[in-house]
Amino acid sequence: MSALALSTRGLDKSFGSLVVARGIEINLPAGERYALIGPNGAGKTTLINLMTGMLRPDAGRIILGDDDITGLKPHERVKRGLVRTFQINTLFPRLTALEAVTLAVCERRGEGADWWRNLPSYRDAIEEAYAILASLRLGDDCERPTHELAYGQQRLLEIALALATKPKVLLLDEPAAGVPQEESGELFAAIANLSQEISVLFIEHDMNIVFRFASRILVMVAGAILVEGTPAEIAADQRVREVYLGSAHHG
Amino acid sequence: MAAPPETNIRPQQFLAAQVRWHPLEIVFWVATLAPFYFFPSYLSLASQIAIAALFALSLDLILGYAGIVSLGHAAFFGMGAYTAGLISKFGWGEPLTGLIIAAFAAGLVGYATSFIIAKFRHLTLIMLTLGIGLLLYEAANSASWLTGGADGLQGIDIWPIFNTFDYDLWGYTAYTYSLVVLFLVFVATRRLIHSPFGLSLRGIRENAVRMPAIGAPSESHIRTVYTISAVMAGLAGALIAQTTSTVSLEALSFERSADVLVMVVLGGAGRLYGGIIGSIIFLVARDQFSGINPQYWLFWIGLLLVMVVMFLPNGILGGLARLKWLQRGKP
Amino acid sequence: MGPFVAVMFDGFAYGMLLFLVSVGLSVTLGMMNFVNLAHGAFAMLGAYVTVTLMNTYGWSFLATLPFAFIVAGLASVAFEQTLFRPLYRASDLDQVLLTIGLVFMAVAAVAYVFGTESQPIHIPDYLRGFITIGGANFAVYRIFLVSVALLVSVLLIAGLEFTRFGAQIRASVDNQRMARGLGINVDRVFAYTFALGSGLAGLGGALAIEVVGLDHSFALIYLIVMLIIVSVGGLGSISGSFVAAVVIGVSDTAGKYYFPYLGAFLIYLVMIAVLLWRPAGLFGKR
Repeated sequence: MSALALSTRGLDKSFGSLVVARGIEINLPAGERYALIGPNGAGKTTLINLMTGMLRPDAGRIILGDDDITGLKPHERVKRGLVRTFQINTLFPRLTALEAVTLAVCERRGEGADWWRNLPSYRDAIEEAYAILASLRLGDDCERPTHELAYGQQRLLEIALALATKPKVLLLDEPAAGVPQEESGELFAAIANLSQEISVLFIEHDMNIVFRFASRILVMVAGAILVEGTPAEIAADQRVREVYLGSAHHG
Repeated sequence: MAAPPETNIRPQQFLAAQVRWHPLEIVFWVATLAPFYFFPSYLSLASQIAIAALFALSLDLILGYAGIVSLGHAAFFGMGAYTAGLISKFGWGEPLTGLIIAAFAAGLVGYATSFIIAKFRHLTLIMLTLGIGLLLYEAANSASWLTGGADGLQGIDIWPIFNTFDYDLWGYTAYTYSLVVLFLVFVATRRLIHSPFGLSLRGIRENAVRMPAIGAPSESHIRTVYTISAVMAGLAGALIAQTTSTVSLEALSFERSADVLVMVVLGGAGRLYGGIIGSIIFLVARDQFSGINPQYWLFWIGLLLVMVVMFLPNGILGGLARLKWLQRGKP
Repeated sequence: MGPFVAVMFDGFAYGMLLFLVSVGLSVTLGMMNFVNLAHGAFAMLGAYVTVTLMNTYGWSFLATLPFAFIVAGLASVAFEQTLFRPLYRASDLDQVLLTIGLVFMAVAAVAYVFGTESQPIHIPDYLRGFITIGGANFAVYRIFLVSVALLVSVLLIAGLEFTRFGAQIRASVDNQRMARGLGINVDRVFAYTFALGSGLAGLGGALAIEVVGLDHSFALIYLIVMLIIVSVGGLGSISGSFVAAVVIGVSDTAGKYYFPYLGAFLIYLVMIAVLLWRPAGLFGKR
């Protein structure tokens, strides 16, 4: 078994009497593509918020590689290589796509506070940003403000922003949310083509996509991991069927 | 369709084009010399405008670029004004060092308060800027042994600049001095907003939540820009103290904070020239209508604010840019 | 002991006044997150309604009070429906600019119509004078003020707790999306709440004339105090506004009495300290 890229130990979180995470144990090996599935309200996004530091867990630890990052601030975790995308587009509406990704590149390189040299003189940062955008087929539209981009392009820009930080672990919160089904396959193909050095945990509702792209699947129900296994194991699991029969009409 | 493996020069050129000086900018700065030759009787007003423009530029940096709404920016203006006035009163009237010391003092207050500012947004942030501004105003009012309280600071004595240029009745020296400082700070600000740091500030304005998720230390950025903005406001305050030899509580007042906000919004926030254009229009209009009751002036300012919010959301410069864009869109 | 009790009582009465003028702002802010700096203008409107009805038409003070409430409430709905509504989703800056612009216009308009001098009113004789209890003097008017404010508070809290409309307001403040999902017409609830809050501000403004005086700058001067109370108390919380208003009223009155050289320093300090300690205010949830 390969080394763990990201793991959690006994993560707990509750809002008042509502328990949203209960003893979460996740082990994501380096280079793997894991899917996190579960009915609405199971606490999947909350789990990402906990791992990326946007929420503080009540108990438990988060370990990135060999380091305990439980006490780090969100931006410090990103610096260490733990990066997420958002389910609802969380972009910079009036920045062009090129500016947004260049911003992320500059911040990664620790140049975000440089205030004397003009941006165009950071030629390699701009080229890197452009290369990322081009690899996601956003090169032609990179000079347009984000709010003018088509919805699917904005979803790709979400990923481009995450890639610009050179992540070791990428947490994708429904990357294809709102994208027509025929395009979501393309989007996941782009994700599948990511470097094998990046480990990915993605939340997704479309089971075809999940079974096609995930090497392993975690099923979350009511704030706890119900079961974990290969796609074949999950497909055969009676408990998962029960959970999903109840909410099958959600698609 | 797949992206062609084209050269990467294009995106860089695109960004470079935004940084280049536009011919209109050069025309604008040449035009700032016009008062010397064409309106010499308005030189004092011109110097007031240059100082207000500097103050507006400092607010625009945090408001227009980093999205921090402040209702108490006069705190730093007043801090600079009182510092400049006080050191001259106590025997050191050399203007340039006075300017620097005053800017430093304002920056110190800015740095100290930036730790508070960086942690909050929305109403809490607005209230904190307002509260800190009012607190300084009341402090200056109470410490009348030092500040002269409501009577203003007495006994300011500024030496000639470089020991040569004294402040004349017409305002030649005052306008030259203010204009030079404004221009230098403008050039520095222009560099700043076109730097990676400037891009990060716009990122904070556009989406403060996303910034940490791309690894950006937003709080530290906000602290930096808030301190820089305080230094600039302090420079403006020091200039007004030095060129008019008076400092009153008005320099710290809520009205001053509100006026500068109006100037920035009128001209167009986040546009570098917005605050400058806004302060020109604001102060020229106030000068032209100085005959009318100040209460009625307030009515027109209020109406202006309502109109700008409803019809010109990006100020005058934003409106012009939109006009140009619409024209280009037509065949 | 006498002066201390009297100062405390004066401070409490002042706090009650502040509660009346600011409670509406707290609820509407909590519900729509709309930064309405024009709230003080509605308080001022109520005050000038009372002044006009008394001095021009010879009405008695008490008879004018309902009209101060109604006119301020109706005027506020007119503004809410036309100018404020489009801005609920706008930036803080736009909300601040529009509403402060309206305050400026109101201040100037009042100066134009009524002049800039302080407006005199003659409250009826039975509200004048003092009652002496245990060596401390209590102004009759302030006792009246406290009674009115407490009555209003009881009505508000009872209304909020026990009526259907109150439940709708609570639901809307608590979670607007959920409230809409439950079929509550949040926009209409908000319009009524807005009218009620502004009406109370108008009533408070009318009651304030005798205590703090009235001129055209009222809307600006008391705007800041109202905002302080709202942010200290916490958005959307009636009990928070009540506690904050008492704290600010007492500390301001006592501060001016015992430390006159501090001026208004104390209340700003109280506000900043509370916000640093609890950014959402004493009773705020967000």
